[in-house]
Amino acid sequence: MTPYSSFLFFIILGVLLLPTMVLGIMGKRLRYYNVFVSIVVLAIIFSEGSAGFLSLVAFTALQLLLIKGYIAYRQKKNNSLVFYVMSMLSILPLILSKVLPILAVDNLASFLGISYLTFRAVQIIIETRDGLIKQQLSIYQLVHFMLFYPTISSGPIDRFRRFQKDEEKRWAPEEYKELLYKGINKIFLGFLYKFIIGYSINTYFIMNLDHIADGMFTYHLLYMYSYSLYLFFDFAGYTAFAVGVSYIMGIRSPENFNKPFISRNIKDFWNRWHMSLSFWFRDYVFMRFVFLMKKKKWIQNKMLVSNLGYILLFLLMGIWHGLAIQYIIYGAYHALMMTGFNFFETWNKKHKRWPTGRMMTVVSIIITFHVVCFGFYLFSGRPFQ
Amino acid sequence: MDFKEKVLQVIAEVCEDDVVKEEHDMDIFDAGLIDSFATVELLVQFEEQLAINVPITEFDRDTWNTPNAIVDRLNELK
Repeated sequence: MTPYSSFLFFIILGVLLLPTMVLGIMGKRLRYYNVFVSIVVLAIIFSEGSAGFLSLVAFTALQLLLIKGYIAYRQKKNNSLVFYVMSMLSILPLILSKVLPILAVDNLASFLGISYLTFRAVQIIIETRDGLIKQQLSIYQLVHFMLFYPTISSGPIDRFRRFQKDEEKRWAPEEYKELLYKGINKIFLGFLYKFIIGYSINTYFIMNLDHIADGMFTYHLLYMYSYSLYLFFDFAGYTAFAVGVSYIMGIRSPENFNKPFISRNIKDFWNRWHMSLSFWFRDYVFMRFVFLMKKKKWIQNKMLVSNLGYILLFLLMGIWHGLAIQYIIYGAYHALMMTGFNFFETWNKKHKRWPTGRMMTVVSIIITFHVVCFGFYLFSGRPFQ
Repeated sequence: MDFKEKVLQVIAEVCEDDVVKEEHDMDIFDAGLIDSFATVELLVQFEEQLAINVPITEFDRDTWNTPNAIVDRLNELK
């Protein structure tokens, strides 16, 4: 059963979470009962095909082995090569899951959520390399973090040390009531976004576009706007469910959206759209790349380093969505927009040609909105059909 | 120059703005003085000029957001 896709799922979840809420309000520790809930919900999610379930188990076992092995190694030595090999091995199942379908081989590597789970695992290896995770982690800690069911299918991508702080916390009754209130609020917001607004845009507008639009250009233009809005409401709705259920479980999963359609520029947009993913790429790809280039003094030119960083980040992000033409072009498009903006921003810092003020802010928002919507139009794959 | 002044000098160089030397509680991310690229420069400079190694993953925007906060964090890592 796909999480949050049917009312049956919500009913089962509601029943299972009742004791969690009662325990929370009484100020009791949520941990033990929540382990039970997690196992039941994971079984429901992965019970359909046995292949997906077996892949998940094999994947988790591999990641545990890599993480525990690397922490043990890192406590004694710190060789860069070992770090890169371990990281590559951790990403390998994800790469296979993307490449195998193209080679027309049975795709045993893939299962629901593999893209998101991989990022949670690699992140632990990177933070171990940086010396931020020093103690060996228990299987319980790792499995609970990696397979945290509310966010298993499509994120948000949490960070281990942040997750762990919430997981170890004993919420006082007042604090838990606050969490519960926020969580329930988010779940209802999710219903509004995903099942009312998103569903309506798709069913009543996008699916009827043939009758609404009077020409090819109008069709594609309207498709661009409506698909962008649909994508936001559908994904923000899912995220609201995922974060809301996390809160009820006593874990404050990070948010993914912060009013993305009022971004003032493309850089601002990536601080507001699918935040847990873009921050992941920012922290673990872009910043590490820039740091390496600067420290080793391989490239001195500031503009060149940051632009290469953006190109690397957005091409990777594109491919991460899938090895299909629309995702690769989507990544390349955003790489182009970011590097273009980078040039503009530096130029404008010197010459101050772009006027400031309220009107200009509105103009910036409108321009950014269109740049972003065109990106989603590419992402939808519609132009390539 | 004491430690705090040194740190403020590094931050001012990276931000290309001396306002950080005056307003120690200003959020440099909200003020748009620093982005992820400049953050990396900051970390490289801390390592080169102050010999303090701050891992990228340690630099959390919520706890490293003002000149004062940065001085405090660096003092902890010294």
